[in-house]
Amino acid sequence: MMELEIELKKASDSLKLWDATSISLTAGCDLFMRYVTRTSALEYEDFNSAKSRLIERAEKFGEISCKARRIIAMLSQDFIFDGCTIMVHGFSRVVLEVLKTAAQSKKLFRVFCTEGRPDRTGLRLSNELAKLDVPVKLLIDSAVAYTMDDVDMVFVGADGVVESGGIINMMGTYQMALVAHSMNKPVYVAAESYKFARLYPLDQKDMAPALRPIDFGVPIPSKVEVETSARDYTPPQYLTLLFTDLGVLTPSVVSDELIQLYL
Amino acid sequence: MDPRRAPRTVSDPKVRKVGFFTDPPDRSLPGPPDHPISSFPTSPPSTIDNSPPSAGNSLSPVMIPPPRHSSSILSPLRRDPAEFFPLPASPTASTSFSDDVASTMKGRGVAAASSSLPGGLFFYIAAIKSAASSVPASGLTTVSVVNNLPIEKGGGVAVEMQDDQSSRSKSLKEKTTKAERRALQEAQRAAKATAKAEDGKTPAAASGGAASVKSGKSVKPPPSQKNDSAALAALEKKAGDRPPEKDRKKEVPQPRMQFDDKSRVEKAKRRAVVKQTEARNRVELFRHLPQYERGTQRTELRSKFFELDPVHPAVYKVGLQYLYGDICGSNARCIAMLQAFQEAIKDYSTPSKKTLARDLTAKIGSYLSFLIECRPLSISMGNAIRFLKNRIAKLPLTLSELEAKATLRSDIDRFINEKIILADKVIVKHAVTKISDGDVLLTYGSPSAVEMVLLHAHELGKQFRVVVVDSRPKLEGQLLLHRLVGKGINCTYTHVNAISYIMHEVTRVFLGASSVLSNGTVYSKVGTACVAMVAHAFRVPVLVCCEAYKFHERVQLDSLCSNELGDPDVISKIHGREDINFLDGSTNSENLQLLNLIYDATPSDYISMIITDYGMVPPTSVPVIVRDYRREHLWI
Repeated sequence: MMELEIELKKASDSLKLWDATSISLTAGCDLFMRYVTRTSALEYEDFNSAKSRLIERAEKFGEISCKARRIIAMLSQDFIFDGCTIMVHGFSRVVLEVLKTAAQSKKLFRVFCTEGRPDRTGLRLSNELAKLDVPVKLLIDSAVAYTMDDVDMVFVGADGVVESGGIINMMGTYQMALVAHSMNKPVYVAAESYKFARLYPLDQKDMAPALRPIDFGVPIPSKVEVETSARDYTPPQYLTLLFTDLGVLTPSVVSDELIQLYL
Repeated sequence: MDPRRAPRTVSDPKVRKVGFFTDPPDRSLPGPPDHPISSFPTSPPSTIDNSPPSAGNSLSPVMIPPPRHSSSILSPLRRDPAEFFPLPASPTASTSFSDDVASTMKGRGVAAASSSLPGGLFFYIAAIKSAASSVPASGLTTVSVVNNLPIEKGGGVAVEMQDDQSSRSKSLKEKTTKAERRALQEAQRAAKATAKAEDGKTPAAASGGAASVKSGKSVKPPPSQKNDSAALAALEKKAGDRPPEKDRKKEVPQPRMQFDDKSRVEKAKRRAVVKQTEARNRVELFRHLPQYERGTQRTELRSKFFELDPVHPAVYKVGLQYLYGDICGSNARCIAMLQAFQEAIKDYSTPSKKTLARDLTAKIGSYLSFLIECRPLSISMGNAIRFLKNRIAKLPLTLSELEAKATLRSDIDRFINEKIILADKVIVKHAVTKISDGDVLLTYGSPSAVEMVLLHAHELGKQFRVVVVDSRPKLEGQLLLHRLVGKGINCTYTHVNAISYIMHEVTRVFLGASSVLSNGTVYSKVGTACVAMVAHAFRVPVLVCCEAYKFHERVQLDSLCSNELGDPDVISKIHGREDINFLDGSTNSENLQLLNLIYDATPSDYISMIITDYGMVPPTSVPVIVRDYRREHLWI
């Protein structure tokens, strides 16, 4: 069993190394490793049964992650009402699932979608939404405050949910949350529970950097620096609710869940 | 960082169809610190009107305060102050009424104490004053209530507004509960005479339990202690909370002894090992805390050394060290006390016809009362005592005396090791990840955990400098400064008056804590709240390093209801500067009251994270850890 644990740890480490910046990957690996160490403490005489239990758990893990999106979509239906305007940022499959479910239950709503430079996530998302016959409006990132008056709620996904209850997501989320908060619009986050990570950033620079080159279309003079970070941290006081497969949570519950999970 | 207000602003009934909406715990709706709503969920709706306009109308879907009969009494408060006064005529109405008033005024008192007086308060006080002059008869009711305080206070309305309304709130409470208490105690005087025979043993334990909130759960005073339970009931009412009946049966910690209750003080004095004279010139607002003349304490204790049979010499030594201030800091005090108890247990032998568990618990109780007389227990010490009493109670009966004593001593060793020493190591490990090169770290006073963090970070080779903020009268920061500079860390030293001047260059603030309470409030040395508040205003993250054994399930909303009073003479004299002696001779004047507070409470809004041996947690997760911790304790 110990050998198996060590092997699994090595595998998990190499997986994490593949994309050092992905928080959900790290968090997911950590969670599974946590389960492994917890169960192997209960000594199984039969190695095979222990192994099969782990495999079963791993498959269940995969299943949960797929089902999670559907659960989240279901939970968030109550919050989307007829005639509402939703602002979305970044391309999150969970948020897409939420909007898809809402559209399929014949709710009438429209979506404001930010362009999401430099990834152009906005264009992808608006494509998908147009296929669902949902009225979409595309904005440039700077037009968030301008249009916030007409918006009823903000919906974002998350790369990772940190211990303080804040989220790490694509660059621009913090900005949007700040504007929404100052205009008293709710900010909802849709994230699966395996994205809960044991990080605790104190400010924007306190995270592992994730850089992405930006193409401005014209060559930049060499003396000019470019801010290439791809994500930012939104503190919990700007978030209203988190939709997870564990239920609809407030940001302060994230730490409780993490404590129970890891201790 | 703005205060966490997001959840409340969302409650638009149109959106909130409450399908899966999980009720956020009260503490996730904190609001600004001067907001009485989250503090008093049952306060009448009129207080909501009185609080600052940003409080919001969107409170209703989430938290609807139950309609109170007093709301009709209180709502005319703002409009017609003259009607306010005839009401105290009926005693029954006045009980609940003044309790409410007291609680709202206490709420406002909180507001007043912690921030500038809200506009409504001025109106209210002005109204009282005008009514006092315009409606003399009933006005005198309240004014005389103010004067109806235990120790002579000359007539006339108090000068200072703040003192006025806060003391009035206290006096209104006192007036009603004292009447009740008096009635109850008249009835129980007879029972007391018969119960006086048992006064020897159990009150010692009871006072040890009563005087320290956090200890003494396993030692419950027997219900036959009528006088205690009467005072208990009165005290619990006085404290303004009404625990449901079933909670009384569960482990409710004894309410702290309130030192403005004359009968209890008298009783405690009779039981006291050491005679202490109460200090003169005590500040009205803090009459519920003990304050003694330091000089007499010391001479009394020294002279009594050979008479202190019941007190083990190790405990006596520790008590003296507390009294003289040789041991300072909650970890040091806790460790010293536990080690003294270890010695005492080693030398202990069960008298015949008594069980080890009960007798030892009683003995520990008596040691505790002695230690409390030297210096009131800190919260960490209370938790340690609870652990010890738990262990004693859980001793299997089959153990011989030697084995039992050895088990207890090894338990104490394990507690010190795991909960303090190892916990500190874990805290240091987490905290150094938050220090990066080029940081300017600020710390206040001399917290042991923070010192370890800084030294370890320096060993790891991180480049940073430290700002040590200090304050009178203890000037503990100088010791920390000395040690840091000795290790080669770049330091800046300043006093707390300059905190807003220095804060703009600081990147992180590390604070220590004497305890963290359930609502995330950090209870630590006076001045910490200031530092945290200024750091918050400058958007500097505040990290509190605190071991988990110091967490407590109590909730405290302000620094007044429970605190410790130090020696006031230290304030009036500056050691080493004999030329500054403006207060010489005036210290005995009636008009001058010196106040030397030891602790203060920092609201959770100013804290970014708490670093414990459970990891880095936000202040909202403290109750989870307390719950976890208690559960774990039962398994040890």
